[in-house]
Amino acid sequence: MAIVFQKPKALLDVPFSYCPGCTHGIIHRLVAEVIDELGIEGKTVGVSPVGCAVMNYNFFACDMVQAPHGRAPAVATGLKRAIPENIVFTYQGDGDLAAIGTAETVHAAVRGENITIIFVNNAIYGMTGGQMAPTSLPNQVTQTTPYGRDTSYAGYPIRVCEMLATLEGTALAQRVSVDNVKNVLNAKKAIKKAFTYQIEKKGFSIVEVLSTCPTNWGMDAEESLKWLKDNMIPYYPLGVYKDIANIKEASK
Amino acid sequence: MAKVLMKGNEALAEAAVMAGCKHFFGYPITPQTELAAYMAKKMLKIGGVYLQAESEIAAINMVLGAAAAGKRAMTSSSSPGISLKSEGISYIAGSDLPAVIVNVQRGGPGLGGIQPSQADYWQATRATGHGDFHLLVYAPSTVQEMMDLVTLAFDNADKYRMPVMILSDGMLGQMMEPVEVKQPESSAPVEKPWAACGHGNKRPHNVINSLYLTPQSLEALVKKRFKKYETIKKEEQKADEYLTDDADYIIVAYGASSRISRTAVNLARKEGIKAGLIRPITLWPYPDMYIEKHISHAKAFLCVEMSMGQMVDDVRLCVNGRKPVAFYGRTGGIIPSPDEVLSELRKLAGGKY
Repeated sequence: MAIVFQKPKALLDVPFSYCPGCTHGIIHRLVAEVIDELGIEGKTVGVSPVGCAVMNYNFFACDMVQAPHGRAPAVATGLKRAIPENIVFTYQGDGDLAAIGTAETVHAAVRGENITIIFVNNAIYGMTGGQMAPTSLPNQVTQTTPYGRDTSYAGYPIRVCEMLATLEGTALAQRVSVDNVKNVLNAKKAIKKAFTYQIEKKGFSIVEVLSTCPTNWGMDAEESLKWLKDNMIPYYPLGVYKDIANIKEASK
Repeated sequence: MAKVLMKGNEALAEAAVMAGCKHFFGYPITPQTELAAYMAKKMLKIGGVYLQAESEIAAINMVLGAAAAGKRAMTSSSSPGISLKSEGISYIAGSDLPAVIVNVQRGGPGLGGIQPSQADYWQATRATGHGDFHLLVYAPSTVQEMMDLVTLAFDNADKYRMPVMILSDGMLGQMMEPVEVKQPESSAPVEKPWAACGHGNKRPHNVINSLYLTPQSLEALVKKRFKKYETIKKEEQKADEYLTDDADYIIVAYGASSRISRTAVNLARKEGIKAGLIRPITLWPYPDMYIEKHISHAKAFLCVEMSMGQMVDDVRLCVNGRKPVAFYGRTGGIIPSPDEVLSELRKLAGGKY
């Protein structure tokens, strides 16, 4: 019988540590499929964040390094500078990348560091039990904004791709979502482009993936996907914020 | 071999390059500036990496990344910057990665000052970061030692898979002395089968990690590391002795303050005071054995530091009440004069412990 669907080789055969309905699993799969399709598992080194995905060093089959909270882009920089012919990616959540690791993220992009960042934005700190994240939406109820995020008090959410798109060193900044099949397919295309840009030594590439957190949003999986579509996408519009290929074409 | 005149900070840098370190990640801070500047000039010429990070925090994490890839990596800073690196140093220790960290100490706490100090002894030997771990800590006292100890630091970092610190100070970093530049023999890179540098489809994946959620696993790992520390305590203690054999009063001092203390010992001898000097070269492991052998004949010990008294804790732990241990220190960037130390020796000789 022909095998029509199987686990990507770049994912090890161990159970994920994620909650039911969480979209980390889909995103892991997309990254692994891209690694398989590009045939780069043997020369890829991934950097694990602090947060829900901290233990993904157990899931990805390539070599893995676990980084301190927010420091993954700096660790990835050290790796990439040490072994420039290898492929280096980080996999980070919103608290990790856009709060404690803002400086590391921005300056990796500033340097045009030839690495790929998979940025999972679910608008909440998942691992620690649902606190306000830098990307929590206005009025969003979290453990630390129990009356909703009051922007006059707690400030506004940060739009990472828009910010990084202003930097010369950024080759690709694209926001995707995994809330429906079409978007999942688009997300995979973006991730593949990001890794391809690194292989082609084009510079810093980041794919922001809008993701769900049913447990801490207090919803079931289906409601979460709808909440993402109705609330996150309007605030974080999907699309390509910077693609060095478009700029080069425009300047011809 | 002909000697060349070098600044301490430059000697540290050149020694690292000669030890095969091709990956340096830094962030500007006084008074270690010349080290980073030397690396910036040198690394690009030899196909190495000099990268100015956005912060000390980023720099130490770049070191973590390069070390994880199996390369000899180094960063340098001065006191406030080392505080920022402490998170990364803890992760490096917890991930069993080799790395060399240089601290060219200045006065503290806070922004403190930019003059020489030895007030980071506790930080270096007790708590460079959170958790149960140690660094191997070397304390040079001459520009020549700034060179020689760097090779040893890289070799032992690789041998024991742990971070190693060179604890220097602004005086040693800034001063110039003639040094013999010799290519080290023992700096051949060791095999690093644990490195995360791509498995090449030839082996299971390597994981560099410090997270262990099962308490039993974490305890077992920390205990294993402490067993290694016991070996290091036995094999790596280093100290220099000066006129200690017949000494009644023994100064214990490291780094810059040991130079002043040596002069004070000479002045005391001229007055008929039988003084001597033990100069710790490793601060962790503390060179207990060098002190131990003089406890029976020494009448008292005097610890001299450019701090309010930090290493004196270790001297007292070693002497353990068997003989008096006095302390003399200046802090805030002030270097004690030989006369100040001499007058402390006179007090001891006069029976004032």
